[in-house]
Amino acid sequence: MSDFSLPTDPEERREKLGVLFTEAVPHNHALQLRLEAVGTTDATVVMPYADVLVGNPETGVVAGGAVTTLIDAASGTAVMAALNAFAAIVTLDLRIDYLRPARPGLPLTAQAECYKVTRMVAFVRALVHQGDPATPVASSQGTFMRVES
Amino acid sequence: MSTPSLPLADLVRQVRQSREYHRLTDAIPYTRFMGIGVENLAGEMLCRMRYAPHLIGNSILPALHGGTLGALLESSAIFELLLQTDTERVPKVISTTVDFLRSGKAQDTFARAFITRQGRRVANVRVEAWQDDRTRPIASSHALFLLSEP
Repeated sequence: MSDFSLPTDPEERREKLGVLFTEAVPHNHALQLRLEAVGTTDATVVMPYADVLVGNPETGVVAGGAVTTLIDAASGTAVMAALNAFAAIVTLDLRIDYLRPARPGLPLTAQAECYKVTRMVAFVRALVHQGDPATPVASSQGTFMRVES
Repeated sequence: MSTPSLPLADLVRQVRQSREYHRLTDAIPYTRFMGIGVENLAGEMLCRMRYAPHLIGNSILPALHGGTLGALLESSAIFELLLQTDTERVPKVISTTVDFLRSGKAQDTFARAFITRQGRRVANVRVEAWQDDRTRPIASSHALFLLSEP
């Protein structure tokens, strides 16, 4: 499979990638992840609050694993945005800092920025918040690699 | 959301004794959703994430979503801390670094956690995940957890 270029119109980009984002990725669909925006090097993904995401039944706080999935999905999409292609990529590593507890009942939004692309590797930062980017719940740093497929 | 019939700390204490691990993993909505369970195999406590189609991240290969491996590694670390130490509350993750080593096939995945250091407030945990061959891990992580707050 070769890479296909993304449309240039932002809304068309979001729509095209958004379809791929959920239809080709069953686990994104299972967590009801929604691609909100795709720029030239960035992507915004929303994860609605759901009972199945709860990691601590006493507090209702979402499990870290679900936040990991949200960040991985947003970061990977930011890489495709930066490559301007439906590229086959894999996550090499992902570091996540949990800055404050997520509030139960509210969606989580991940904003990922692919700030550097080399021939093989892409570097991505992301922030997760619940409405106010100034008080993030988590921050992350990840590296991704293009694969031939 | 179903509330557990017992406070979690009581449930954890009982499960440490009885080793009915499913009582704990069933009480946590996310691990139930992900099919993550704790098993005692040959005297060793492991986590198993049972394969289900909704865990797939790449339908073409197919391969497990990287996030599901992160979830398994983190759950494994939390259950190790809850069941093998005397911590009373669900440990809070401070930070985690996951290395993705090989793509996860559409099958069950296992994980084993090792507590590198346990202080009064912070624990460092290392976890490895594998499928067919334990000597060829598909993902590994190290994570910091907050055990209690002053």
